[in-house]
Amino acid sequence: MQNGDQHYSMEDETYTDIDGKAISLECQSHSGFCREFTVSSAKVSIGRVMVYTCAVWLSAYIVFFITENTAVLSSAIIITLVGMMVHIHFVKVDHETLLIIGSLGVQVSSSYASGRESTDFIEMDKIKDIVINEAIHMQTVIYYLCILLKDPSDPEAVSSVVPLFQSSKPRLNCLVKVYKSCQEILAKC
Amino acid sequence: MVLKIFFPQCCNKADSGLLVGRWIPGQNSAVVLAVIHYPFIPGQVKQYIQQVESSGVDLTVLGSWSMPKEGQEGMESFLRDLSTIFPQGQWLQLSREMGKIGFRCHVLTRDQSKSPSDKVIFIHYEQRKVMLSQLHPIENGVPDPQTESQLPQVFGTVCQSEPLFFLDKYDDSPVKLTHWQSEGREGSIIVELMKQASTPVCLLTTWILTLWTSLCSSRILNVRPMRFISSKLSTCVQLSYRTEHLQTVSSPTRATTHNHFMRKANIFVSFFVDVSLGLLLVSWMYRENRIGKLANTLVPAADHIAKELEELLQWLMGAPAGLKMNRALDQVLGRFFLYHIHLWISYIHLMSPFVEMILWYVGLSACLGLTFALSLLSDITALLTFHIYCFYVYGARLYCMTVYGLSSLWRLFRGKKWNVLRQRVDSCSYDLDQLFIGTLLFTILLFLLPTTALYYLVFTLLRLVVVMFQGVVHLSVDFINSFPLFSMGLRLFRSYRLAEGVKFRVLCEEPGTPLHLMMDINPLKVSRVVQTYRTPTYSCYPKDSWLALCKKLFLGELIYPWRYKTTKID
Repeated sequence: MQNGDQHYSMEDETYTDIDGKAISLECQSHSGFCREFTVSSAKVSIGRVMVYTCAVWLSAYIVFFITENTAVLSSAIIITLVGMMVHIHFVKVDHETLLIIGSLGVQVSSSYASGRESTDFIEMDKIKDIVINEAIHMQTVIYYLCILLKDPSDPEAVSSVVPLFQSSKPRLNCLVKVYKSCQEILAKC
Repeated sequence: MVLKIFFPQCCNKADSGLLVGRWIPGQNSAVVLAVIHYPFIPGQVKQYIQQVESSGVDLTVLGSWSMPKEGQEGMESFLRDLSTIFPQGQWLQLSREMGKIGFRCHVLTRDQSKSPSDKVIFIHYEQRKVMLSQLHPIENGVPDPQTESQLPQVFGTVCQSEPLFFLDKYDDSPVKLTHWQSEGREGSIIVELMKQASTPVCLLTTWILTLWTSLCSSRILNVRPMRFISSKLSTCVQLSYRTEHLQTVSSPTRATTHNHFMRKANIFVSFFVDVSLGLLLVSWMYRENRIGKLANTLVPAADHIAKELEELLQWLMGAPAGLKMNRALDQVLGRFFLYHIHLWISYIHLMSPFVEMILWYVGLSACLGLTFALSLLSDITALLTFHIYCFYVYGARLYCMTVYGLSSLWRLFRGKKWNVLRQRVDSCSYDLDQLFIGTLLFTILLFLLPTTALYYLVFTLLRLVVVMFQGVVHLSVDFINSFPLFSMGLRLFRSYRLAEGVKFRVLCEEPGTPLHLMMDINPLKVSRVVQTYRTPTYSCYPKDSWLALCKKLFLGELIYPWRYKTTKID
């Protein structure tokens, strides 16, 4: 703990997302009123990548065998490469971070597998509350953490809702921990 | 409440002295703009601050900054006494030790009570980037300082303090400051040269444009037929549009707001790119006399189209697709259209010796820009396919009359009538001879319907093909006109200038010091750049929805699917 902030990840409790895949939660407390929560999903699995690539190339080879056209093979290679690049740069989220700084605001950021980060900062004046909401998704009821934003014209009304941790979708036990920490900070400032 | 201090990165290693900046009302935050070094005379500092405040900058003394170096003992007591010389509501005492990264802060309020340093956040910002950037969404007008949120106020404070940053360390003045320009004022030779050259160029352009607009609005060119033709030809529309653009750019007054500046820059850059692409095109076309070859293929192409149309009409006059047509009507319509084509071809052949010369001179106008070349292409297509347009109008009118006649006689067949006064269908008792003639006419029209419908269908399809082509050309002209090239270049190469918001990063520091955050600028997303800075144009877009279009086609009403907006929307 040489940095003066406490850093702990929950190892006695394993967290999963709504589909049952394992995720990990890391809480960092930088000061009394500044905390950071990072939810990491599973990384890109090399087995699945190999299965998809082999399937695409096998089908391309079969089509080539029938049509004797080499353009099929080169287009299959190009499609696989472009598809992989698009997937890791735009689709696959590696971890999502929530940084809450009392009396300044909340910063939500998603980091993709290629390293790209997309960040959004919401000032404390605009935040009404951070709550856990329920949603009906197909045949299940899921819980998600969200930030309620104030309406500038009517301070009591909620103008919009910003859902958090949308890609990793943790379950209620993980959300409750984050919720309790956030409420402590919101109550202080 | 937590105290937030926005501290510029350039002052991290500044010598001890006074902190000057601004308190943000209602937010319990302070923005540090500069550090005035020791040694200074407090009277001269007060004079300097008053002088800067008179040029519109909101400035106060915030507190003291202490970074002790060798041979500066006694500094601490001097700095402590300063709080009595500059009386403030809250006095900040920031200190930093050599070799350590973290700052410490003591806050003295008027009643001399100290607050613990746990409730302080230091937010480091890069002064140059915050100074030059523009926060989006842009507020129009002056916002109320009580309800404005914190970040726009911080950005506004730094932007307004430009006069403070004019003093650098090479100036002979009684006060020595540290800020982002204290190493020397930043400037660029190209920008300064362009500023000097812009005034005479603007005056010249304005003069030329006034001559041009007075010529355009003269009596000769404003006669009814000329105005009608010039409103239909897209080249003239594009010309008037570019004149308006140039008038915006060449106005000699400087742009006051950010939006105005960006619009001028976007128009200038897009005009420049347009003209250079046009010149490239002209140089390519006039080399090896390609324009002559193009002119020589125009008349044979028109001949070919006419021959194809004649074959189509012969096919319609026979038994097209196995359908049986009404022989007499078929022959009449077919011969009528064939005669039209014959007239058109004679006209084209009459014009053929002059085509090359006309095209050569008209093609030179592509020097004015690629958009002009594309508009010319659209106009030439419209002129060459004028006969298709005529055939479409004839076929549509005939079909329309047939359909209206049929619907009215169908009502008579059922004993009903259209009440024009009440705009509804009413029952009506007809005489026997009225019924007899009505039924007869109804039968005739019904059996002639397939023939007229087929002619209408064929010519409508041809017309739609031409309209689609013209639409594509107009869309590309619109795209070149409205795309904000300057804003896109700024977003790609100087992304901090267009800011959507900020990002914070926690800086690791030693225990016992307050929280330190680094504030970076979050650049605007590319899609929002295009959306915010698009130059408004006379964009052509579909006038009707698909459903309305189909209904019009079914009833035989004439369609003009592209509509031009004549008034600009902002």
